[in-house]
Amino acid sequence: MASAQSEHTAASQTAKDRLAIADDQALVRVRGLRFCHGQRCIFDGIDLDIQRGRVTAIMGPSGTGKTTLLKLISGQLPADAGSIEVDGHEIQSLSRAALYQLRTRMGMLFQSGALLTDLSVFENVAFPLREHAKLSDSILRKLVLIKLEAVGLRGAAALMPSQLSGGMARRVALARAIALDPMMIMYDEPFTGQDPISMGVLVSLIRQLNDASGLTSIVVSHDVRETASIADYLYIIANGQIMAQGTPQQVAANESAWVRQFMDGEPDGPVHYHYPAQALEQDLLQGLRR
Amino acid sequence: MLLDSLANLGRLGLAILASLGRAHLLLLGILSGLPAMLARPRLLLAQIYNLGVLSLLIILVSGLFVGMVLSLQGHYVLSQFGAAESLGVMVAASLVRELGPVVTALLFAGRAGSALTAEIGLMKATEQLSGLEMMAVDPVKRVLTPRFFAGLISMPLLAAMFSAVGVIGGWFVGVGLLGVDDGAFWGQMQNKIDFNEDLVNGVIKSLVFGLVVTWIALYEGYDATPTSAGVSRATTRTVVQSALAILGLDFILTALMFGA
Repeated sequence: MASAQSEHTAASQTAKDRLAIADDQALVRVRGLRFCHGQRCIFDGIDLDIQRGRVTAIMGPSGTGKTTLLKLISGQLPADAGSIEVDGHEIQSLSRAALYQLRTRMGMLFQSGALLTDLSVFENVAFPLREHAKLSDSILRKLVLIKLEAVGLRGAAALMPSQLSGGMARRVALARAIALDPMMIMYDEPFTGQDPISMGVLVSLIRQLNDASGLTSIVVSHDVRETASIADYLYIIANGQIMAQGTPQQVAANESAWVRQFMDGEPDGPVHYHYPAQALEQDLLQGLRR
Repeated sequence: MLLDSLANLGRLGLAILASLGRAHLLLLGILSGLPAMLARPRLLLAQIYNLGVLSLLIILVSGLFVGMVLSLQGHYVLSQFGAAESLGVMVAASLVRELGPVVTALLFAGRAGSALTAEIGLMKATEQLSGLEMMAVDPVKRVLTPRFFAGLISMPLLAAMFSAVGVIGGWFVGVGLLGVDDGAFWGQMQNKIDFNEDLVNGVIKSLVFGLVVTWIALYEGYDATPTSAGVSRATTRTVVQSALAILGLDFILTALMFGA
């Protein structure tokens, strides 16, 4: 326990040094973030930076607050303490109008795709353009088709969301997320529930879009192999703390037992297989005593 | 034990007050979306079709049967006093003053209100509302405002149609089957039904019911727990709360309009 604590203290000191160096290039700067849900603190004073032009992955076991972190960065949830800066703007103190203005430069790919089910694929991608850009119908059509072409779904423009497979729906949602040419995109569990082909397509799309459009990408995922293959920098979070960070190679070489269990997918280790309970014998005999 | 009960009562009271507060804030948000909605009337027209036009069948069929039953029962009572010729007035007054607005609102809550709650709740559960937020589009103004005003506009129109069809049903049974004089049926109705006293008050009632039912439906959907069980509970709450609100408000409005 004590060694794990000292390991964590040393890791956070190194992390702070790295953050200080990278600070000026950061598009997103999180400092001392604290967010609690009822009695449970999901984040307890975490610091992290998302570098411009890079693919940064935030990984961790289910239920550790990865999606919550994206919601905090995009201002959908208020933090209890700490600061979150996006492109120099303190998210917590922005007015609603200023936050909406900033969000036109942020895209988000939801786990479910979040396509508007009463609109066709074309209209879904056209939606943010119709709302925020006054374009002629012909220019709007061209732009939408270019975005759909980028995700390989120009031919599906007339389909309704209910006619799409899960992978196609996420690609349409990705086309919609890049419709306004944002400065950054946040991906919430983009690979969950995908077949190998769809997963491969999404993996390469995230990297290609990031590099071709000069985006900054934040990928939240627990799919270790796929995420590590496209990320420039990884954060692994659990128990409200950053457990490890670095390039995929640095994290792969990390010797912490917890990090090893997560990266190698071991069923037992510092994270126990069994949910805490009294001894099995005690539980079984309790029924006889009644 | 007593302290626990008091604490639970206090918690319940606070939860109800908090819910009422959220509902009123939501209503303010919905109303503030009016200028944006007027700039895009197609959003409103689409919702009037969804809430109003698609409710027509149940409203018209129900109106017809309610008018027919009213005529049967009314004829039985009126003929005891030799006043069967007043059947037209009785049917029309009952429909325009009471049954039109009230039954239409109850049917509207069951057909359109529950659909609204389920739609908004599912949009929340499938992250469509969060998706709009992330596209810098206010979901309250874009999604809820057109639905609210569509409900407000549809309700009086549906109630008017309910009453009109009910009168025709009453005429069919009274004049066609029970032999009431045709001229007396329409003539007495024309003389006794007052535009302000009966029709305008009926329209005011249905406007109030339209506002309350649509508001409850939208709030319950927007405030629903984003799970299948949560949406199901919210839909049930919409129907129950709407029915209670309609009947309670009907008493208050009737007392204010016709009580003195």
